[in-house]
Amino acid sequence: MKFSESWLRSFVDPKIPAAELTHLLTMSGLEVEEEQTVAPGFDKVYVARVLEVSKHPDADRLSVCRVDAGDGKVRQIVCGAPNVHPGMYAPCALSGATLPGNLKIGTAKVRGIESCGMLCSAKELGISEDASGLLVLPGDAPVGKDIRAYLDLDDRLLTLKLTPNRADCLSLAGIAREVSALTRAPAVYPDVPETPAGISSQRVIALDAPDACPLYCGRVISGVDAKAETPEWMKRRLERSGIRSISALVDIANYVMLELGQPLHAFDNGKLKGTLHARMAREGEKILLLNGQALELRNDVLLIADDERPVAMAGIMGGGDTGITLDTKELFLESAFFAPSAIAGRARRYGFGSEASYRFERGVDFGGTRRALERASQLILEICGGQAGPLCEAADKLPERDSIVLRTSRVEKLLGVAVSGEEIGSILARLGMKVERDGENFTITPPSFRFDLEIEADLIEEIARVYGYDAIPSPPPLATLSMLPRPEKMRPLHCIRQILTDRGYQETINFAFVNEDCERDFAGNTDAIRLSNPIAAQMSVMRSTLLGGLVFNLVTNLKRKQSRVRLFETGCCFFRDTAGSPTTGFRQPWRLAALAYGAALPEQWGISSRSVDFYDIKGDVEFLLAPAAVCFRKAAHPALHPGRSAEIFLGGQMAGFIGELHPQWLQRYELPLPPVVFEIDLDALKQARLPEYAEVSRQPHVIRDLAIVVDQKLEIQQILEGIKANSPSLVQAVDLFDVYTGKGIDSGRKSLAFRIVMQDTQRTLQDTEVDVVIQRLLDYLRQAFAVRLRV
Amino acid sequence: MQNLDQIIRQASADFSAADDPDALEQIKARYLGKSGQITGLLKGMAKLSPEERKTAGLTINRAKEAIETALNGRRETLRRQALETRLAEESIDVTLPGRKECRGGLHPVTRSLERIETLFRSIGFEVAEGPEIEADFQNFTALNMPEGHPARSMHDTFYLLDEKGNAVEDVLLRTHTSPIQVRYMQAHVEKYGHLETMPDIRIIAPGRVYRVDSDATHSPMFHQVEGLWIGEDVSMSDLKGICADFLRRFFESDDLKVRFRPSFFPFTEPSAEIDVAFMSGALKGRWLEIAGCGMVHPNVLRHVRIDPEKYTGFAFGMGMDRLTMLRYGVDDLRLFFDGDLRFLSQFV
Repeated sequence: MKFSESWLRSFVDPKIPAAELTHLLTMSGLEVEEEQTVAPGFDKVYVARVLEVSKHPDADRLSVCRVDAGDGKVRQIVCGAPNVHPGMYAPCALSGATLPGNLKIGTAKVRGIESCGMLCSAKELGISEDASGLLVLPGDAPVGKDIRAYLDLDDRLLTLKLTPNRADCLSLAGIAREVSALTRAPAVYPDVPETPAGISSQRVIALDAPDACPLYCGRVISGVDAKAETPEWMKRRLERSGIRSISALVDIANYVMLELGQPLHAFDNGKLKGTLHARMAREGEKILLLNGQALELRNDVLLIADDERPVAMAGIMGGGDTGITLDTKELFLESAFFAPSAIAGRARRYGFGSEASYRFERGVDFGGTRRALERASQLILEICGGQAGPLCEAADKLPERDSIVLRTSRVEKLLGVAVSGEEIGSILARLGMKVERDGENFTITPPSFRFDLEIEADLIEEIARVYGYDAIPSPPPLATLSMLPRPEKMRPLHCIRQILTDRGYQETINFAFVNEDCERDFAGNTDAIRLSNPIAAQMSVMRSTLLGGLVFNLVTNLKRKQSRVRLFETGCCFFRDTAGSPTTGFRQPWRLAALAYGAALPEQWGISSRSVDFYDIKGDVEFLLAPAAVCFRKAAHPALHPGRSAEIFLGGQMAGFIGELHPQWLQRYELPLPPVVFEIDLDALKQARLPEYAEVSRQPHVIRDLAIVVDQKLEIQQILEGIKANSPSLVQAVDLFDVYTGKGIDSGRKSLAFRIVMQDTQRTLQDTEVDVVIQRLLDYLRQAFAVRLRV
Repeated sequence: MQNLDQIIRQASADFSAADDPDALEQIKARYLGKSGQITGLLKGMAKLSPEERKTAGLTINRAKEAIETALNGRRETLRRQALETRLAEESIDVTLPGRKECRGGLHPVTRSLERIETLFRSIGFEVAEGPEIEADFQNFTALNMPEGHPARSMHDTFYLLDEKGNAVEDVLLRTHTSPIQVRYMQAHVEKYGHLETMPDIRIIAPGRVYRVDSDATHSPMFHQVEGLWIGEDVSMSDLKGICADFLRRFFESDDLKVRFRPSFFPFTEPSAEIDVAFMSGALKGRWLEIAGCGMVHPNVLRHVRIDPEKYTGFAFGMGMDRLTMLRYGVDDLRLFFDGDLRFLSQFV
């Protein structure tokens, strides 16, 4: 809602400076979103009359004018404007004036002719971009008057960002009412007498949908001059509200809407046939609107129709062939109340909106319907002439304003500050409510212009607003203390993230929607969850893996000349699952994924450079999960190299996967080297072990190394698991410390070296029993894996 | 016995001339060895009378001690010299860079998230979570935005399709973190509803939210953090106290100006918008919208079967991306979701 401050002050003038008024509005809930001045600063510019104009002897485009600026002197001014002519009124900057842009006006010779001052265009005064000629002032402009005062250029334009509940402030009168309530300055509204009927023409109105339209007022006005000029003051106020002047009748309707908040519509009365009906549209009924749009309507759209056809989408826009034109001689003026629920969302459904629908869907004061009609009639008769017919009105059941019980104690409970009963009563009365007090309790009836007051809390907000949110104290709250749980068997996500950043991974956050290819390539998902209204094709499906985002991050970073990239992300992944919860039909687990690309270590002296490989990242996964026993099983994954990928098992449960990106994706995404990636369920990652004490042995331990040669293809994990399963309890640890192929080992075989640590908690081990253990292990290995001892 | 003094002088000179421990031990033998000069003199004493022997013994032993002292002195010098040589040889360039490992960092929004969680945990607020694909009921209806409510149109909502390409009924991508409150309150009532008085609910609920909006200042996915305190005696004054305290701690600025002004949200009444103004920096003196908040609307409490007569409470919601931008001076929201290491690595 944009308006001129001086217009507002014509209704209510609280005698406070502009900045204070702005602050007051903002702090009461009518946020001033923008403040503008009408014109930049300048001085010594007056209304002047051009008396004579003659050609400049030495310049074709210049005129020499004799000008009366009202100070008893006649000045000679050289002027270049094409529209200058004798008898015209225009602004004149006198010698000593300073115009916008710090332009100083003095007395100077222009091509040899003395010029004392300057006649100004609108652009030169900074009022508009119009530089085509002098700013033409009306013939009744008072010569000698300061132009700032005459054109009200010290006015300011305020734009309110109104919340949807405050439709009552979509008019100057509404804002004035609010300012009056806040400041106690009296508000004075235009006097609107009943318009006497000069003719008897009427039109019958039928309320066929009384819930949607319970009140309809109208009047015929005959013999109007639709071509009449809109008065300057009205044009100025409209323009300062951001509404362009069109024609007197349209301007008047707009003016009254801005002034009182009631949208009006004027029909060309000659084009209406018979009774005017306020009725619901029939399914598929067609209407041509005055903006040229032809619509096919659904049956929940309220129409104004005559006996033959729809003539307006009620409260939204008039019809194209019954509207007024410059030739209209007789009009039918409508002022009605349409229920918000009958208007809400209708215009948007058809892809447009209007000032009228904006107001009606939020709620227009049904107590002011008739007054707005009278106000518009008055202005039309004044400006366009003509004769008014009697007021035609059809009324049904208007919305009820139920009374609300308000307890003084509840005000204190909700706000945390005691507001006296007197103050509560005064605030609510100033806001136009009917206040009945019974001791500590009030019975409040909201006014017809408020559509947002239904419960006690609504009234408490009104009290708080006027009392001032600032005035509510804000001490540190008091509360009952109780400690928060901190389960030791759960690792917080923060700790998990910290481990990864410490190991060199940078966190990234990607959108949860990705393109379809990404789901197909990195999750093998050809039936991803699609958005019904994606913002773009590359964001059309919900991700079921975080890999795609990381690979895209890698690609963009490589383009930006990064050569070593380590990234991780934690986020939600999405799956269809009929058993899913808490949202039925979907499973939404959190995952952690990471990607490593480029050199294993940053380039440095003393360490030769090599690319990151599977085992580097496997080490990171083991570190992340330590001390949990984690197991890797070779498995294919659509995103990964089939020979270099594995599933990650934790406590027997598949918790994620790890591997090198599949060579086919390297090609598609133009990656020179293979990144290694992993993805793990966050729930599994969060599990932690509660430490449990075991006796520390005082006995010395015995270490034996065991080197064996096995088939090259044999997986180490099998052997390790076998050794562990076949070792007596005195074996404390089995570590693989060397893997060797090459000279001395037959091709197709590899040498493995294990270190076996043995210890008994009670006694010192004898060499002979250690030998027995090793011999048994070797026997087992020979039998299970056909190994031979390396010598 | 002039001879002895000469021997001592000679021995000292010989020791000093030895420049390694082996040579020194060989020289030592010349004097103190089996056939050394001092040993010889001691042996020669047998020929002397007991009287002379006593005097000569004393003198020779003194000389022997002097030679041994000289020997030990030289040994010590050589040992020290050897150590110094070794230390000099082992010296390294301590200015060479250490073994390098890069450190990663948290995303700036995560950094804020962790700080926000820490600050609120310090006054007993627990962290709650909820699903991102959310039910219409929790996202809208339970928050006093029934079907057809005009405020729904202000949340440009993403909807989903099923396998057959039909719209999935009653499911959406959550448009704010407020449904987490709803779920938490429902669970709380389930757990404590039978008690005469339920314990307070004090939570914050951070998370990713989605709206059909994308330009320089809007991202279709962004972060919010929601706060909720429900109890028997929670007022707007408490709301003001907590939010102002949080903002001053978050921005580590005691002179941060914080103001509350009336606003409108369907799920709170009274409602407020929180603005802050910094006292220094590029944005000095400008009021910046930072959060929406208010007293939980009685209808919201009723939807989760909490008696609004007995319990009151407040809720607030803040944009974590905006908090983060203001905290670190980031001027373009899109940087948060671009994965650019040149940007992200600034937050290591």
